[in-house]
Amino acid sequence: MTTTLTATTTRPEDRFLHAFEAYAGEVLNGTSEHLATLRRKAIERFGVLGFPGRKSEAWKYTPIAKVLQHPYRIDPMPTVPALTEQTLAGYAIPELDAYRVVLVNGRFVPELSTTSDLPEGVVLTGLEAAARRHADLFEKYFAHYLDFENEPFLALNTAFARDGFFLYVPEGTVLERPVHVLHLIDTDEELFLQPRNVVVAAPGASLKLVTSGHSRTAQRTFTNGVTEVFAGQGAEVHQYDLRLEGEAASGIFSTQAYLEGGACYTNGTLTLGGALVRNNVSVRFDDQEGEAHLYGFFLGRGSMHIDNHTMIDHAVPNCVSNELYKGILDDEATGVFNGKVLVRPHAQQTNAYQSNKSIVLTREARMYSKPELEIYADDVRCTHGAAIGQLDEDGIFYLRTRGLTLQKARAMMLLAFARDVLDQITVEPLRAYLDELVAGRFGA
Amino acid sequence: MALLEIRNLHARVEEKEILKGVNLTVNAGEVHAIMGPNGSGKSTLASVLAGREDYEVTEGEVLYDGKNLLEMEPDERAREGVFLAFQYPVELPGVNMATFLREALKAIREHRGLPPLSPAEFMKLLKEKAALVGLDPSLKQRSVNEGFSGGEKKRSEIFQLAMLEPRLAILDETDSGLDIDALRAVADGVNKLRSPDRAFVIITHYQRLLNYIVPDYVHVMVDGRIVRSGDKSLALELEEKGYDWIKEEVGLVA
Ligand SMILES: Nc1ncnc2c1ncn2[C@@H]1O[C@H](COP(=O)(O)OP(=O)(O)OP(=O)(O)O)[C@@H](O)[C@H]1O
Ligand SMILES: [Mg+2]
Repeated sequence: MTTTLTATTTRPEDRFLHAFEAYAGEVLNGTSEHLATLRRKAIERFGVLGFPGRKSEAWKYTPIAKVLQHPYRIDPMPTVPALTEQTLAGYAIPELDAYRVVLVNGRFVPELSTTSDLPEGVVLTGLEAAARRHADLFEKYFAHYLDFENEPFLALNTAFARDGFFLYVPEGTVLERPVHVLHLIDTDEELFLQPRNVVVAAPGASLKLVTSGHSRTAQRTFTNGVTEVFAGQGAEVHQYDLRLEGEAASGIFSTQAYLEGGACYTNGTLTLGGALVRNNVSVRFDDQEGEAHLYGFFLGRGSMHIDNHTMIDHAVPNCVSNELYKGILDDEATGVFNGKVLVRPHAQQTNAYQSNKSIVLTREARMYSKPELEIYADDVRCTHGAAIGQLDEDGIFYLRTRGLTLQKARAMMLLAFARDVLDQITVEPLRAYLDELVAGRFGA
Repeated sequence: MALLEIRNLHARVEEKEILKGVNLTVNAGEVHAIMGPNGSGKSTLASVLAGREDYEVTEGEVLYDGKNLLEMEPDERAREGVFLAFQYPVELPGVNMATFLREALKAIREHRGLPPLSPAEFMKLLKEKAALVGLDPSLKQRSVNEGFSGGEKKRSEIFQLAMLEPRLAILDETDSGLDIDALRAVADGVNKLRSPDRAFVIITHYQRLLNYIVPDYVHVMVDGRIVRSGDKSLALELEEKGYDWIKEEVGLVA
């Protein structure tokens, strides 16, 4: 258990390949046979794919290779420091009445999780626990729809996946209270974390999920997190991912949603913290009448680098996708948006909307926006737009002539800019909390 | 002491001189009308008084309540009681009217040493003042000016004036674009707000408004200067004769 791997080799990939071999025997074993088989396959794929190189189009504006050069400590089962209720209270979302799941360094902490009173048949637990106690469900959904064959970070996560959370809502069940998953990073080591989460809404089920990421350390860490979402026929999933990590925490957060016919999926990716953050949200429609709403808001300051990549695969006819990403870049922060919409030849009657708007507050801040529409069907409605601008000075002046200080006026204008995205958040306490966070960041 | 004292004010924008020596004294309790041809600098004067930074004051001074107004930030001026009803109010999508006014009122009250209003008191005031200027109460739930009709924007400016209770209110063509009823409603609102310690500077092109809001003084601005002042009869004279005779008198037209 205590094997430490700190040896630096030339290729960062090798460090992971070596670590895998070192851990494969004990740590990574014993979760499930199913998993063990997948792991082998995944690490092999990772070995073939390698990390994206400097020329990779998908990583053009995000210097991931450089960040991965850092010799993070690879440990699938990092230690979990004890946390008190009081500490956790600091990460609560005011007024949010939710089932609480606590993950520390990617590991599920049952003592801190409040998952009682769940409706019949709902499973909400750690990934590892789910693999043991709900093997049938676990094997049915784990890595089932995940395209790790072509994505090195997904392959790597699959190879090392050990814990995370597992949420399953059975057919026709409506989970009235939202689920709040707290991802805390609490370590005195430079950890490389790979939490893996699985979210399943069986046909006709409905759930709301809020995850928030926080770091309690100045140590440099990297998270390669993966969340798989499955929405069955007519199911409804609302998923909000809030990044509030500190300046030393970087990561790639991949969410892959698979939608059956008539399923409705809402994703809100809200990045307010972290060093280098890459969010990958992808949606695949399996059958007709599916609906996906992707909302994003990001607020970069200092030297933060926030990259949002989305991919919507209209593989079947008659689905709707609607995407709105907005960002504010302050100081020397960098923002990237790349929104890919693929409408395959058979996907007639597709409706796909995409918009990305950003405000750049300083001369040093940067924003790169790239919509990418690939349309192979002819009877479709697709629109996209991207705009990068500055704060409206006339608006600020107007507010000031009513007595608001420059700082207040700016905060109000920035909040107004974010308004249409934030107002899409269907978990009201989270919406209110974001209003507060955004206003607070600008001193209002 | 005069509430507002403008002395030999010169201002320019992008190398172009627009105000060329404005002199104007406004005492508390008075209503002054400023008329004048398009492009003569009326809005520029209003903007300079409100503190817009695009305009560079090159000469002269402005005293507000004895203090140097030009040294104050725009928001400081507002808190001190200067209010500008804009000729073209901007639309602010996403800025809720009620929230914005609550913040504005809070800032201004704080400056006056008053505690913030309770939510209930605030809502009551909001209702009261909306009624005063005949503003559709549902507008205050909307974003500031967004999608408001031309007339609604103007009413909304007067509504804000009523909420913030300034000491010096400058109205820049608040009457243009208003229908007859709206004009009367706005004028009624202004008349109700007239008080011995509040002054109005009303920029307008139409004598009609001045039938409703009767000014103490009427000034004519031509080419960046106030070239003539008189009482309300001057407005009637302008209505009848236009501006050419004045331009001729001051030697601006051959
Ligand atoms: N920002 C600016 N840049 C360039 N020129 C300006 C600017 N603002 C005002 N001007 C010019 O200054 C002159 C005075 O404009 P101003 O708006 O003050 O006139 P006004 O008397 O209010 O006219 P109106 O009756 O049409 O409202 C005009 O010639 C105008 O084009
Ligand atoms: Mg004007």
